[in-house]
Amino acid sequence: MASKFMNWVDARFPATQLWNDHVGQYYAPKNFNFWYYFGSLAMLVLVNQLLTGIWLAMFYKPSAAEAFGSVAYIMREVEWGWLIRYMHSTGASFFFIVVYLHMFRALLYGSYRKPRELLWIFGCLIFLALMAEAFMGYVLPWGNMSYWGAQVIISLFSAVPVVGEQLTTWIRGDFVVGDATLNRFFALHVVALPFVLVGLVIAHIMALHHVGSNNPDGIEIKANKGADGHPVDGIRFHPYYTVKDLFGVGVFLILFAGVIFFAPTFGGLFLEVDNFSPANPSVTPEHIKPSWYFTPFYAMLRAVPSKGGGVIVMFSAVFILFFLPWLDRSRVKSIRYKGIIFKVALTLFAVSFLSLAYLGLQAPSDGVKLSARIATVTYFLFFLLMPIYSKLDRTKPVPERVTG
Amino acid sequence: MKRSLLLALLVMLPISVWAAEGSVPFEFDPNLDNQASLQRGAKLFMNYCSGCHSLQYMRYNRIAEDLEIPRDVVENNLIMTGGKIHSTIQGTMSKEQAGDWFGKAPPDLSLIARQRGADWIYSFLLSFYLDDSRPNGVNNLVMANTAMPHVLAPLQGYQVHEESGGHDGESEGGHGDAGPALELVQEGQLNPAEYRSAVGDITNFLVYAGEPVKLTRASLGFKVIVFLILFTGLAYMLKREFWRDVH
Repeated sequence: MASKFMNWVDARFPATQLWNDHVGQYYAPKNFNFWYYFGSLAMLVLVNQLLTGIWLAMFYKPSAAEAFGSVAYIMREVEWGWLIRYMHSTGASFFFIVVYLHMFRALLYGSYRKPRELLWIFGCLIFLALMAEAFMGYVLPWGNMSYWGAQVIISLFSAVPVVGEQLTTWIRGDFVVGDATLNRFFALHVVALPFVLVGLVIAHIMALHHVGSNNPDGIEIKANKGADGHPVDGIRFHPYYTVKDLFGVGVFLILFAGVIFFAPTFGGLFLEVDNFSPANPSVTPEHIKPSWYFTPFYAMLRAVPSKGGGVIVMFSAVFILFFLPWLDRSRVKSIRYKGIIFKVALTLFAVSFLSLAYLGLQAPSDGVKLSARIATVTYFLFFLLMPIYSKLDRTKPVPERVTG
Repeated sequence: MKRSLLLALLVMLPISVWAAEGSVPFEFDPNLDNQASLQRGAKLFMNYCSGCHSLQYMRYNRIAEDLEIPRDVVENNLIMTGGKIHSTIQGTMSKEQAGDWFGKAPPDLSLIARQRGADWIYSFLLSFYLDDSRPNGVNNLVMANTAMPHVLAPLQGYQVHEESGGHDGESEGGHGDAGPALELVQEGQLNPAEYRSAVGDITNFLVYAGEPVKLTRASLGFKVIVFLILFTGLAYMLKREFWRDVH
């Protein structure tokens, strides 16, 4: 009966083929470790954001006069509204935690190297879209930090030569951040960017399943196939990785629920204190800072003396990621077989990124500025010197088969 | 190497968490499990604060339900400024009048505890002192030159602030009872300990009003996490079972 039904469907739509290509018969390396949980977790958070976002949009009012009050209404009067809102606000921060760890995994094991360049580029585009999505979502509660954050970020575009001022007015839809800005950010946040994100995620997964997954050894399992035509070091995604990821999901949800129920503001990092006062053009928050997940880039912006230069440095920090597949000239992919130079470089990079995140949260001072400059230079040198040091690095021989 | 990188990422979270509060002279740890305190706080708020300050996102019937105060008690004793049991809590003054009378309209207090924190509210209400240079005759250590009169003076009485600071040179920014150099010069209906306790009740009430669901959030969270731990345990066993045949 069931198979008869599936035959009927498969004659008209490749349902079984899709399932087999992407889940049932997708062979993934058997040696995935801790770092490989974050891809599926990013999908989980995306689904969480989409679902909670739909429900929030049912009650939220995208107008400057009503937005702040409608969030209070959701928090107090909508049935389970507080839970949906905290799931969404906590989800935004967890999205970045998961995505940063997912990207770091690619750095560790060279997952951006040939033939996975497009996979990596789609990933970078997802990161870019996610940043735009998060920024616009951050403005919607119309708290005072939302307002001033929008003011500062939009004014960055005035650094564009010649058309800068007109450009910022065009983005705001007004001469100041106001009702028009809020309304269009709502449209972009709930319709346009989610479409872009979901589309890019589909492209990312299609590219992944086309070239096959990398693994902690950085070797191609497709190069070693058994008599059945499947990689000898590969296992079917379902059931092996579906049950493994289910366990990962459980651990993740414990942490996620811990924040939602016990520390939803996370000490002012996930929901800022200034955002509990409504947007007020005449009261500037003591020091304006973006959400924690943007602070590495914000610290770079502040580290450069000129505004135009700061904007260029900040955007370059993201765009340089796109070139990574061609900057790495190492003979091996995985850090397991790379030499000491790459290990030191990657450690310095991670330290500089975390330092920038910390520095971006601090009130500006000379010490903060100097540290941020050092960290910014380190960040860029990791990429710019990579063609040289990755070639000089003494690599170890790569095994034929995956190791534990 | 791998471990140290992982460690660096894991320590990232805790170090960047800190309380975003300025320095206030007194500390107060709110306790929402103390229902009697919340009820007293509601009573004090309605009697002393609600004339000027609204709680525009809070409804009387929500307070009745959450704090287990009978509805008729709320209707007869807590609704001071007009409105029905299901109304939001509005002050009596219009913004324009309030602006004319005080120079600045008294802010809505629905979210004050989330903006300023419990320590701030507690300290603010303990830190009024006599100051002839101010229109209301009082000033405040926490919010200098506040437009707010010392509404709780009938309870606390009046304090003076010694600029030089008699307490071992530590006039401000101290903690706890040693606190700033404030000295009671005119007694009110309550003694200092009772007044502190009353201010604590108001603070508790405002912390509750800032996030009513805080009363039940943690206990629900506990159940959710117990469920998730069981779920994760089962998922782990399932994973082990399936992975037996992977070599």
